Amino acid sequence: MTRQMTGAKMVVQALKDQGVDTVFGYPGGAVLPIYDEIFQQNDIRHILVRHEQGAVHAAEGYARSTGKPGVVLVTSGPAATNAVTGLTDALMDSIPIVVLTGQVPTFMIGTDGFQEADTVGITRPCTKHNWLVKDTNKLSEVIHQAFHVATTGRPGPTLVDIPKDVQFATGDYTPPAKSRTDHYRPQLKGDVAAITQLVELMEAAERPIFYTGGGVINSGPQASLLLRELVEATGFPITSTLMGLGAYPASGDKWLGMLGMHGLYEANMAMHDCDLMINIGARFDDRITGRLDSFSPESKKAHIDIDASSINKVIHVDIPIIGDVAHVLEDLLRIWKSRGRKVNKDGLKGWWEQIGKWKAVNCLNYTNSDTIIKPQYALERLEELTRGMDRYVTTEVGQHQMWAAQFLGFDEPNRWMTSGGLGTMGYGLPASNGVQIAHPDALVINVAGDASFMMNMQEISTAVQFRLPVKQFILNNERLGMVRQWQQLLHGERYSQSWTESLPDFPKLAEAMGCKGRTVKDPAELDDAIREMIEYDGPFLLEVLVEKHENCFPMIPSGEPHNKMLLGDAQATDAIGDDGAVLV
Amino acid sequence: MAALKIKKGASRKSAYDLRDPHAEVIERHTLAVVVDNEAGVLARVIGLFSGRGYNIESLTVAEVDHTGHRSRITIVTTGTPQVIEQIKAQLGRIVPVHEVHDLTVEGAAVERELALFKVAGSGERRVEALRLADIFRANVVDSTLESFVFEITGSPEKIDAFADLMRPLGLAELARTGVAALARGAE
Ligand SMILES: Cc1ncc(C[n+]2csc(CCOP(=O)(O)OP(=O)(O)O)c2C)c(N)n1
Ligand SMILES: [Mg+2]
Repeated sequence: MTRQMTGAKMVVQALKDQGVDTVFGYPGGAVLPIYDEIFQQNDIRHILVRHEQGAVHAAEGYARSTGKPGVVLVTSGPAATNAVTGLTDALMDSIPIVVLTGQVPTFMIGTDGFQEADTVGITRPCTKHNWLVKDTNKLSEVIHQAFHVATTGRPGPTLVDIPKDVQFATGDYTPPAKSRTDHYRPQLKGDVAAITQLVELMEAAERPIFYTGGGVINSGPQASLLLRELVEATGFPITSTLMGLGAYPASGDKWLGMLGMHGLYEANMAMHDCDLMINIGARFDDRITGRLDSFSPESKKAHIDIDASSINKVIHVDIPIIGDVAHVLEDLLRIWKSRGRKVNKDGLKGWWEQIGKWKAVNCLNYTNSDTIIKPQYALERLEELTRGMDRYVTTEVGQHQMWAAQFLGFDEPNRWMTSGGLGTMGYGLPASNGVQIAHPDALVINVAGDASFMMNMQEISTAVQFRLPVKQFILNNERLGMVRQWQQLLHGERYSQSWTESLPDFPKLAEAMGCKGRTVKDPAELDDAIREMIEYDGPFLLEVLVEKHENCFPMIPSGEPHNKMLLGDAQATDAIGDDGAVLV
Repeated sequence: MAALKIKKGASRKSAYDLRDPHAEVIERHTLAVVVDNEAGVLARVIGLFSGRGYNIESLTVAEVDHTGHRSRITIVTTGTPQVIEQIKAQLGRIVPVHEVHDLTVEGAAVERELALFKVAGSGERRVEALRLADIFRANVVDSTLESFVFEITGSPEKIDAFADLMRPLGLAELARTGVAALARGAE
């Protein structure tokens, strides 16, 4: 039996049938019929953002912290273009979100109508897939497909563009179970022969390492559990990308810390010197590999990824395994156990001794001060004072983001939300709103920089409206710190435009929007300020005035391999050659 | 600091790839891509090639299964073996793409292209053009006292060769379809 309803009603019905409880959005002319339906129901909560970019990042935060798709509803033209950064961000970081946009009526498409934009054209390269629906009878099926594509295989953003006349017209509703999704079915099980080959290498390896990424988290909680079991059972060291933090606990004794450009010395050195690299759900991003022709020169490499195009894209691997992390790890463990749980004990012993020497370098060491708050110290205190709490952390982009990744520890997946692939300043605050919506009772902290915060600071107003007790932890160095660091290291200390003049009074700014604010600049008062932030029952902005010219180390300079890391300022002068300077 | 010198071979594709991209051989492959014939599918395929910096030497597309709404896109592309593998994997990732076949490696294949040549001239040159057309088994599909339009089918190389011959004989305009290709045999 088919049910007839208007396109606008179908949208709401389809969302309900997909189990959606929250939509992040902003109304406008081309979606008024849908907003009218939203008004007349109570199952789906609509979170009114202050800018469409904020809606998409909030949906990302929601998705990342729950594993469920985030949903966005915005109007045509400028609203759709405002969503583009968030879509690109979600595509780069493989975050499942479904964005619904309004469009001018079908008969006006192509006439440069008011608020018309070629939304599917503009968003084609920044979505996993998108659709323009011209027939109300097809609308519900397309929405169900959009959810299927966003959440299946390597997750990503999808977009459905809905002309206004399609929303007004009446058509047949297709429920999820009857919607055609069969032709998009990425392979989940890995090739058993390849997995067995990997097991053979694992049995013999002297210097193995697990290099894990966001794919473990995207694969779901089971993948993290299997990863933990595998690491404990084999005793191999493990490192992770920025995106994969929390899949293996930071408190675990096999944990080497994050790797990459600002990763830990022991993690990068182990990657460089290993003889077996097992990449699980990471993608050999350039922030990870450093200089390609000297990337881990001695190792055999295996790569587990659900996306075949990630394999052999930049790094040639010896054992490619296409499949879902959880499925592959299950087979891997089973095969490894059935063959007698063998590892090269002598090799591993020597390997851990070597790792111990690298750890002893204590690469995150910094010179503290009792007159000025060092950003590293601020994060150490934040970590200390929030340990054991039901805590979620988002970040903006810059030095503070890297320090947060270095100094905060994550023992569970889905607790750390940051813009990795795109590096989007302005991600963290709206993302923190999205996380808090999904976890109303949790402590949600956005570790922010002064400049990034201002890119989407209007979203404080959203937090206030919906009583989201998000905490904005701003490390204010009055600089575009990361830009300044590169200018110091690469451009002869010519600080072109990286000094932010006339910054606002942040607490007053917060107060103007109804959020509580405080500034702290004395290290002795930091703990008290952090405690006030945590304990305050509502949104809170804590501005921490920090050392202005602190650099973030370790750092693999552009164009250098992993074993050429800079550990501190003394090494940094003229460390980056001309070849490196052209790289990003 | 010295002026920036971009080292020869620094790739545009990866910020850290300082390897010489010419170190590997460039291969030419013919790919057959079966897609849902839905709006925008060609834009997705072309956008992939331009967005990721891949080459397109030739591209043809038409619906081949009206009831199933399937189209077949034939793409001739060039690149290192690694890039060709990437292209296939990236094509396979596009949601409305059903099959990607590399006809260059999946056994023998036939490749054909159709071209229309307008050759204008009179006297000896006109006679010579007609004679050569005959040798190449080109058909005359239009003629006036000063011109012919020849239709020719064959491999791209054959069409190139015919074009070289027609150029001094008054080649005025040339339209090519691009390559259509199928694997040989019953499968
Ligand atoms: C939207 C956007 N624009 C520009 C950049 C380039 N960028 C990267 S980090 C950075 C500075 C960030 O400053 P701030 O938020 O204060 O963080 P800090 O590095 O000082 O901790 C800039 C401009 C970016 N990543 N994103
Ligand atoms: Mg700053």
